[in-house]
Amino acid sequence: MESFRKNLSVFLAFFTPSAGWLFLFFIAPLGIIFVYSFSETISLTEVELTWTFENYGRLLEPEIQTLFWRSIWLASISTAVCLVVGYPVALVIATAPAKWKPWLLLIVILPFWTNLLIRTYALLNILGTRGRVNEGLEWLWTKADGFLTLIGLGAYDLIGEEFEPIVFLGRWSGVIIGLVYVHLPFTILPIYAALERLDRSYLEASLDLGASQWRTFRSVLLPLTMAGVITAAIITFIPMLGSFLTPALLGRGQVDMIANVIERQFKGANDWPFGAAMSLFLLYVTFIILAIQAFAAMRKQKRSERRG
Amino acid sequence: MAKARRNKRGPFEYAHKLSMQTVFVLATIFLYAPIVVLIIFSFNDSRRGGNVIWRGFTTDYYVKAANNASLIEAFVNSLAIAVISTIFAVILGAITAIVLWRFRFPLKPGYEGLVALPIVIPEICMGVAIAVFFSSMGLYVSPGTLWPFNLTNIIIAHITFSFPFAAMVIRTRLNNFNREMEEAAKDLGASEFQVFRDILLPHMKPGLIAGGLLAFTLSLDDFVITFFTSGPDTVTFPVKVYSMVRFSVTPEINAASTVLILITLVLTAIAMRFQSFEEEHK
Repeated sequence: MESFRKNLSVFLAFFTPSAGWLFLFFIAPLGIIFVYSFSETISLTEVELTWTFENYGRLLEPEIQTLFWRSIWLASISTAVCLVVGYPVALVIATAPAKWKPWLLLIVILPFWTNLLIRTYALLNILGTRGRVNEGLEWLWTKADGFLTLIGLGAYDLIGEEFEPIVFLGRWSGVIIGLVYVHLPFTILPIYAALERLDRSYLEASLDLGASQWRTFRSVLLPLTMAGVITAAIITFIPMLGSFLTPALLGRGQVDMIANVIERQFKGANDWPFGAAMSLFLLYVTFIILAIQAFAAMRKQKRSERRG
Repeated sequence: MAKARRNKRGPFEYAHKLSMQTVFVLATIFLYAPIVVLIIFSFNDSRRGGNVIWRGFTTDYYVKAANNASLIEAFVNSLAIAVISTIFAVILGAITAIVLWRFRFPLKPGYEGLVALPIVIPEICMGVAIAVFFSSMGLYVSPGTLWPFNLTNIIIAHITFSFPFAAMVIRTRLNNFNREMEEAAKDLGASEFQVFRDILLPHMKPGLIAGGLLAFTLSLDDFVITFFTSGPDTVTFPVKVYSMVRFSVTPEINAASTVLILITLVLTAIAMRFQSFEEEHK
């Protein structure tokens, strides 16, 4: 690496275009919504900067508070599901024979390359009350009912008199399924990376010393890959929290998340300043999560330095 | 002792555990079933959407989708946006990567953070910010602007979110560049430009291609940012599908989606082929 002074003209020729682009089309837009968030709407098309905090104050309204907590809960539950499903999947890939690994990884990543809207639409297609999923459940129900009749319990209607389709769309369950579906690859990859880096002799030692498989998992494998799990949780949680499409299509307007209400401020309600304040709030939450992670990583590094 | 060990499961053989395999298979089914159903039902001969009952094989909906002018227009728009923004994203990404890799300068960690910022901030924030920016700067695309210039706003937005990804990929490639080659070339009298063209650029090539494919896929994939920056006359494929889906589910969308999935698959295959080719010829 060389100092930028040594070759100033080359440095400037390479630095200016990208820095300029970022400043003009990234920093400036963020600056503008920052200004908007302190402004008031005075007419349908006009907005005046009055340095008011009213837009931020409105974030405390009960309706918006409910929205925030709903979004946080939906993203948290979905992240937890992703971790529970993603860890074993990553474990299978990491411990598979070397020649299989790239293929197993590809299987997991491939859906991620497919268009997000198409994936959400595909899910929408099968989750309806008359969709494939409920059809499958009905088939299972019929079989179970037949089995109960066979063993003489048919008269008691143990599993209901008739098959009742499960409603997913417009419910929390549908949105959670959608969020997990879309973000699962995000969760698997960091955990897989952590498992690949792992020194396997620790596991051998644990098993040789008589610990069970489960004990080894809980006290050795999981703690050693915790950093990967935390990274996975964060990069799954952040995009989930800002999700727009999944709640819009699978929530059917009944399970809104933050982004849906932000969109409405711009496309429907025409309350740009409030929409700007909400967007910035979402941005700050993201920064806080990332800062906490960076801080934790820093502290951990210092601690291990002190030890080492 | 040795015998006892053999019966015990090895330390890292979770892939052979049935319960683990079951989770893997179920997760795979979960990831693929919706897409497979979507593709199968794009051939379903059923007038009503819903995709409920199989009524025989037909390719009618592909013909219908191909004759749907506004759908095709949206498709072409999406491809044009992806191609143009990829070119810019690769150029900007490459020079950003070179600057970060080659130079020491004041506030460098800050600049690195700034470059990574478009990757981490929520899409909706970026969409809103860029849309408000264009409208408050008065940068409307007036109706009747010549194609593809009427897509300028969307293209600018796409370059902004995709070039940091390209920069990241290209920088990884640059990190294993042997600078002694550069010194050797200079000792032999090569100019700064010759070194760049004949040594650095060929080394960067796989990174440029990988970065370009990533930018292309990101651009084709994007809905949220496009949704905010597109005007009423400039519709992209995802935005068009979104507006169609909200009214009804039709096999026509299944057909069009299948085509897009195919394009993505082919691109991924090319990317993988290219990568394995590079590895073989290292």
